[in-house]
Amino acid sequence: MVGLLGGVIAAVIGLPALGYVLAPALKSTVTDEWVPLAPVESIPVDRPTLYSFTRVQQIGWERTAASYGAYVIRRADGSVTVLSNICTHLACRVSWKDDQRQFVCPCHDGHFAEDGSVLSGPPPRPLDHFDHKVDESGRLLIHLVES
Amino acid sequence: MRARILGWLDERMGLSAFYRTVLDRKVPKVNWAFTLGSASLFLAVTQGVTGIFLTVYYVPHPDQAYESVNYITNEVAFGWLIRGIHHWGATLMVIVVFLHMLRTFFYAAYKYPREVTWLTGVFLLLITLGMGFTGYLLPWNQRAYWATTVGTSIAGTVPLLGRFIESVLRGGSDLSALTLARFFSAHIWMLPAALAGLIGIHIYLVIRLGISHIPAEDE
Repeated sequence: MVGLLGGVIAAVIGLPALGYVLAPALKSTVTDEWVPLAPVESIPVDRPTLYSFTRVQQIGWERTAASYGAYVIRRADGSVTVLSNICTHLACRVSWKDDQRQFVCPCHDGHFAEDGSVLSGPPPRPLDHFDHKVDESGRLLIHLVES
Repeated sequence: MRARILGWLDERMGLSAFYRTVLDRKVPKVNWAFTLGSASLFLAVTQGVTGIFLTVYYVPHPDQAYESVNYITNEVAFGWLIRGIHHWGATLMVIVVFLHMLRTFFYAAYKYPREVTWLTGVFLLLITLGMGFTGYLLPWNQRAYWATTVGTSIAGTVPLLGRFIESVLRGGSDLSALTLARFFSAHIWMLPAALAGLIGIHIYLVIRLGISHIPAEDE
């Protein structure tokens, strides 16, 4: 009886407390947006080029600006690849080293090839790709999906 | 099995001696007014627990204090409950601690050998009022702002030292981010630390000396 009562009291106090602490973590919002980067014709050929943009989100009681980076690789045949600059190991940002023709992550020395595949180091999978399209005015847009 | 585990722990921790001294101690025939001390302790613990939970979201900055309190009240699961308990518990604690003081006074329980218990109790009452005063500013709404303007101005009317006390409380000549930050510091660190220490001494003395009986007519 005492144990049962204790359990009830613990639940009445504990569950609201747990919900209170976990509330922001359990709230999931999926955003889905096409972000214009640049006119395709202006993108350098055969050299991965970083395009940065920011998006403002309401997080908690504050509007927070998050910055993003996408590496665009335009080839001579007109094909385009857009890679995320977020390392697949532990989410540091990779940067393109033109002399090595590689993406290098400074945190744990992960190396990625021009197509995003892993060359060496701890990353478990290739760099993520952004879906992309070119609109009627010739601008490159990428599909930003966040959850 | 249960008895063996308890026995093992008792041998090492002295649990049964602790139980006999602290919880199963002898008391004279008393009435419900003698529960006000335990009620004060319960409220202090409740305020501590809900207050700790409030700091998960609260930000003591003029740009964000009001918004973060708003967020706790309207957005976070059970935030309204935790803030509500802290809000009403604060008022209730001032009332209960004050009644506890009145009970002690009217039953003459402050006399020898309990003077030190009374003295620590006086400081506990003052700290409780200080907790109420500093906590009142933290939501940073109009009522909080002007209540603190008035409260600190009253401190400013003290002869000679008034202006000095007022600017120490405010952290400058006017209410500002410094006022909010130092009230927050006092509210969650300084006053609770003093409160916890004094509660420890107060309860130790209650256990050591026992509680006084209700005075008889011929006393």
